[in-house]
Amino acid sequence: MARKTFEKIYMAVILVFMYAPIVTMIVLSFNESKSRAKWGGFSMKWYQALFHDSAIMRALWNTLSVALISALIATVIGTVTCVALMGLKSKSRAVIMGITNIPMINADIVTGISLMLLFQVIGFKRGFWTVLISHITFNIPFVMLSVLPRLKQVEPSVYEAAQDLGATKVYAFRKTVLPDIMPGVISGALMAFTMSLDDFIITYFTKGVGFDTLSTKIYASVKKGIQPEIYALSAIIFVTVLLLLFFSDRIPKWANKNKQET
Amino acid sequence: MFNSRKASAGLSSPYVAWMTIFIIVPLLMVFYFGLTDAGGAFTFANVASIASPEHLKSLLLALELSFISTVICFLIAYPLALILAHSRISSQGLIITIFILPMWMNFLLRTMAWMTLLEGTGVINTILSFLHLPTQHIINTPAAIVLGMVYNFLPFMILPLYNAVSRIDPAVIEAARDLGAGRFQTLWKITLPLSAGGIISGVTMVFIPALTTFAISTLLGGSKVLLIGNVIESYFMLSYDVHLGSGLSLVLMVFIIINMVVSAVSDAKEQTD
Repeated sequence: MARKTFEKIYMAVILVFMYAPIVTMIVLSFNESKSRAKWGGFSMKWYQALFHDSAIMRALWNTLSVALISALIATVIGTVTCVALMGLKSKSRAVIMGITNIPMINADIVTGISLMLLFQVIGFKRGFWTVLISHITFNIPFVMLSVLPRLKQVEPSVYEAAQDLGATKVYAFRKTVLPDIMPGVISGALMAFTMSLDDFIITYFTKGVGFDTLSTKIYASVKKGIQPEIYALSAIIFVTVLLLLFFSDRIPKWANKNKQET
Repeated sequence: MFNSRKASAGLSSPYVAWMTIFIIVPLLMVFYFGLTDAGGAFTFANVASIASPEHLKSLLLALELSFISTVICFLIAYPLALILAHSRISSQGLIITIFILPMWMNFLLRTMAWMTLLEGTGVINTILSFLHLPTQHIINTPAAIVLGMVYNFLPFMILPLYNAVSRIDPAVIEAARDLGAGRFQTLWKITLPLSAGGIISGVTMVFIPALTTFAISTLLGGSKVLLIGNVIESYFMLSYDVHLGSGLSLVLMVFIIINMVVSAVSDAKEQTD
């Protein structure tokens, strides 16, 4: 009995540690007073200020477009590569998986500066495109790690049967293999999307002057002192993450269910 | 698709090309710049500059703080993983999600939240002085950086530990208890060794980001505490000395490679077991 109580207290203490900062930010985002130590009454003014801050809104737009485009491209390249891997000799497969592991194991700061050096040497002006390329690069491995286990479970015989019955390769793939790996593809895409949203270090080194995502914008502004608008931004992001997580949990299940019904 | 080598090689070529250009070539450039001087001549001076007092100080401090953070993360997360894995709640998945949820929030915002809490006139001090307790002054000290590291990277430790511990067959634990092992002996002789793989991957996932961070130390350590990450960042972003910055990055890569080898060896061991 005492043990159970102790376990509950232990979990509660860690939860407080994890959530106290987030709750504090959400509370302060509604604080009328600019002071962080005094409650000046309920107010939505920081939310208004946030939506009128054109620099933050542009950074938000940049963040979302980089995340969306890089997740899409990484998902296509990652999935195609996984399919290709299945037909390769184990040796070349090992080499490709070795390369795939590099950005996962390497420290972000090294990946960031190495890409920065590349863009500098080839004279590629840093901005939206360099950030997009970098995000695609670190996103592909996440997609592959999510798709590959699914693909390994696929029975090739169904695909071959479809072809024997006259389906073209692409059609047979679309109808027999793709539905089976779809949950992996979707969770890989969502993983890539959130990784891109959350990235700071690699973006920081590859963005150049004048282009900002939310992360680099927050870093630059917090270095100068915290603005209450950022609390409002935190609250919005936290709620968005909650929703995203809820859906990322639902979508694979939903895709599975749909597949079974058809 | 599954048989044709030629088609497979063709399908994988865009990826191979992409990763060669954007992973391999950039890494080779770090080596090139790290091992040459401004004139392009070969030199070891950039790498050797790690031995200069201020570089060495920042590396040692980074090693010390990331080591402390990793140990604290482990000490917090292991009991939690045991509790979560042994609880008979049907919604274990939901609970683990609640514990790692903060990980999905932008990490700069999480770190900024601690600035708000720890500041001299911040939330914690306001509460402390309201209760007539002595106030704390840990912002802009190494302690604040450790706190920020633990807070940011704890979910990376919880997840692999939980996965490892929940995979242990309860029958093995029961057998140990039946044969007379005490609670502590069971933990030490059975549970810990059986979760070694999870421990190693958790340690890797906390130690490397903590060792190489510069954002946490900038935000919570003020400008007073410099870690090796801050030094490298300033060479690239402030003084534009890419040779020196690359040289120091090569030193960092030594630690990354050590980590990589350790986790690869443990992976291989786990697979043969």
